[in-house]
Amino acid sequence: MGGQLTYLGVPLARPRVGFFELTSCEGCQLQLLNNEATLLDFLNLVEIVNFREGMSERGDNYDIAFVEGSVTRQDEIARLTEIRKNAKVLVALGSCACFGGVNQLKNRFRDLDWVKKEVYGDFPIESMEVHPLADFVQVDLEIYGCPIKKEEVERIVTDLVVGNTVRHPEYPVCMECKANENICLFELGELCLGPVTRAGCDAWCTSNRRGCWGCRGPATVANLKQLEEIMHTYGFDRETILDRLECFGGFASFADTLRDKGKKTPTGRKNP
Amino acid sequence: MIFKVFKKEELARLHELLAVNIMVGPVARGNDRNGKPLYDFEVVSDFAELALDYTQTVHSPKRFVLPYRETLSTFTLNPNGWEKQVDLNVRHPLVFFGMHACDINALNKLDLVLAKSTYPNPYYLGKRKNLFILGLSCNPEPQCFCRSMGTDSASHGFDLFLTDLGGKYFAEILSATAFDLLSQISCQEPSSKDHTLYKHLTNEKSKRYTTSVDTSDLTKILDLEFASKAWDYWGEKCLSCGTCANVCPTCYCYGVEEQIDLDLRHAGKTRSLHSCNLIDFAKVAGGHNFRPESATRLKYRYYHKHRGFVEAFEEPLCVGCGRCGAACLADITPPEVIASVRGKM
Repeated sequence: MGGQLTYLGVPLARPRVGFFELTSCEGCQLQLLNNEATLLDFLNLVEIVNFREGMSERGDNYDIAFVEGSVTRQDEIARLTEIRKNAKVLVALGSCACFGGVNQLKNRFRDLDWVKKEVYGDFPIESMEVHPLADFVQVDLEIYGCPIKKEEVERIVTDLVVGNTVRHPEYPVCMECKANENICLFELGELCLGPVTRAGCDAWCTSNRRGCWGCRGPATVANLKQLEEIMHTYGFDRETILDRLECFGGFASFADTLRDKGKKTPTGRKNP
Repeated sequence: MIFKVFKKEELARLHELLAVNIMVGPVARGNDRNGKPLYDFEVVSDFAELALDYTQTVHSPKRFVLPYRETLSTFTLNPNGWEKQVDLNVRHPLVFFGMHACDINALNKLDLVLAKSTYPNPYYLGKRKNLFILGLSCNPEPQCFCRSMGTDSASHGFDLFLTDLGGKYFAEILSATAFDLLSQISCQEPSSKDHTLYKHLTNEKSKRYTTSVDTSDLTKILDLEFASKAWDYWGEKCLSCGTCANVCPTCYCYGVEEQIDLDLRHAGKTRSLHSCNLIDFAKVAGGHNFRPESATRLKYRYYHKHRGFVEAFEEPLCVGCGRCGAACLADITPPEVIASVRGKM
């Protein structure tokens, strides 16, 4: 560890990075501490000055801030603004930071006071509608996934350190799913958002015979109109589709349109 | 060509003789949601596991000679430069036990570009030259339009081709390896009765196709219908997901990416099969995209297969296996697309 970082004999600056979390399960940060085989190489690329989950020291002198989680409280807006001010590059880490993530499911309810009462009973906490980071600050880079895929983060961090352009796959999960030689889950009678969801996860779920839930948000071309037709052809009802599309927040606007089209109060939900 | 016949029971013996090698063959992979059996090519050593009466495999055999992802080279980096290591990833010969005519023809088409061109692809060539292919007759399925593509029978590109005559197999021998192999099992010269039966069966088969594509003047018609509304119709349906190209036995377009390892001391170059339907397929340095619309990308897929390739090689880059249409969630099938461009829909 330590020493001058070089690439092909060219000295490179080791960026100072901080990891932060807003409302989240901190699972994405935990992912970063996984994969022991490459952990030391990963830690050698950067100088970590703030990482609550991994070390005791705290510093605010960082170049890159990785922020996990969504914004659900007023004080988080202030914290996020402060992080943005300190960082040269702000990275939204994981689905919560990018789209609101699982947390934003509560936005489905119109009466948030009712939600608070259902969850916290007589012990209310301050909590508002869920927002992704980009609703409040400029986000320079998004790393998708719930959780993020460590291999992808390693690639992105390497690119950042050597100064390469960071690129995400533009195509949907189907590409990687076929490359893994899977049989299409629709053919097996299962629902899957793979045809519209951005790849990069190496078809993590579908290769384990679990339909995609769209945690990485829409692919550059996400033909949602056609997806609706496919769902119909394969016999999935609107509410089943909406459960998927609304789960991580990446398809929020399309889900809203689809729900409005339904023009009936969704069932199975205690909406006051 | 040399012909032989042998009793069906001899096939297991033939398999045993070949099984000193790594064997790839059709195996059952459960049923789809409607109870229809699914098949795929897999490495399989047990004769009993082979599903030789298979209909169509979900994926094509292409990946055994042209993997979806392949490391082309690796690099060891040092302060003064780098050392390059190239591995063609050819490990061992491979025996294909039971390949249908369409897929044999598909490999022949890949050869035109990857093996017989001015700059052959060594990664492909190494694997392709290391194949022993045992072909097997098939029964036309509803999605098959190989007859329209002239690929319903194979005249080359295999070692041995077996046609099911009922109690015995009619064997076409194309290689010395296959000839030597057959000398080790109990074979007979085909009788005139066998000839008659073979001709009868192939004639019968050609009548059982339910799907066809009119290819007459197709290159010209595609030229004429460059601005056809049909492209927009299909383009609107297209998911731009690349599934058609991935299951296609003849699609070979690829992208190459270089990636530096996390330790900054190693790097690698990887080729991944791509699809012309993907949004970034025609994206170039600087960010300009020559084909930003789905309809244009879909159109050029058909132009490559049924116009450009025909002009270059006198044959389409399609064997009519129908996998793309069967796999397409948006139900885009070549017979329908071509009929619509012809104005027949």
